[in-house]
Amino acid sequence: MDSGTQDNPYLLLAVFVFSAVMMGLTPILMAFVWTRWTGTAKPDDIKNAVYECGLETGTYQWFPLKVEYYIYGIIFLVFDVEILFLLPIASVYKNLPAGAIAGILVFIFLLMEGLVWAWAKGLLRWQFTPSQNAPSPTQPQKQATL
Amino acid sequence: MDEGLKSELQKAGIFTTTLNDLYNWGRGNSLWPLQFGLACCAIEMIATSMSRYDLARFGAEVFRPSPRQADLMIVSGTVTKKMAPQVVRLFKQMPSPKYVIAMGACAISGGPFKQGYNVLKGIDRYIPVDVHIPGCPPRPEALLHAIMTLQRKIAQDTLHPSRRKEEEAERIAALPVPEHGSHDLLPPKHDVLWHPEPVQRS
Repeated sequence: MDSGTQDNPYLLLAVFVFSAVMMGLTPILMAFVWTRWTGTAKPDDIKNAVYECGLETGTYQWFPLKVEYYIYGIIFLVFDVEILFLLPIASVYKNLPAGAIAGILVFIFLLMEGLVWAWAKGLLRWQFTPSQNAPSPTQPQKQATL
Repeated sequence: MDEGLKSELQKAGIFTTTLNDLYNWGRGNSLWPLQFGLACCAIEMIATSMSRYDLARFGAEVFRPSPRQADLMIVSGTVTKKMAPQVVRLFKQMPSPKYVIAMGACAISGGPFKQGYNVLKGIDRYIPVDVHIPGCPPRPEALLHAIMTLQRKIAQDTLHPSRRKEEEAERIAALPVPEHGSHDLLPPKHDVLWHPEPVQRS
């Protein structure tokens, strides 16, 4: 070991950190330099368009999307996965230690939270409205309000 | 580099190359085609990429579903006038350097549908085609030959495009995507790209 690392043991670490950073950065920098040297970038409106299917973009695309799938995720957990977990517990319920029961209660509490949340949001309400297109009101259209 | 010297050095077990040749070699052997098919020629294109003909031997098997990642457009089939703007727009969305193979009689000239009101009479009216493959449809061997022809063409490329080539590429890039007019595509062709030989009638 040379005198530099003996004087300061952290020097070796600094060399390691520097090497690690450079090993990540060097390919990126090389690619950047290579592109600047040989690339023929000609950006325009068509090339920068959001769509890649050949069609023209119709509307403005940079708007926030409402991700609705989490609703189905929560409902699925509350009504489906819950059963899956609680049935085996019910079969050994009498011999369970207190800690396990506390754990189950926490699990049920979390699911209850989801149920209360979904209920408060009105996700469990099924609305029956007569179809506007169908001429006869005897066949009401079943529609969930999500 | 002098070919004689290169050959002499090779005999001594020293292989030399230029950066330009290396670059073209890499570029020619890693063509990424855009994954789309227009008509029956596409079936032959698919057959080419499968094990019997094995396009992977030429490094061109990585069909990309996005124009951003592709550098080869294989126009495989009839280009209808409905479809032409989309094809041209996809070509424009591909990054340079990019190459085009017009596969089959339809992509070259409209083929058997040339007289149809709705068929474009050759995609080279709108985009610069590097290799034309005749046939209806061309066999997979013909497509492989076109890839090899394109590789030979790429081998002649320069690392730094000359001023003239650069200007030409910019002129082509500036051409608009055709739009649907009341009777035909507008414009019906790009004059910068399409210079047909005058028909000689005896």
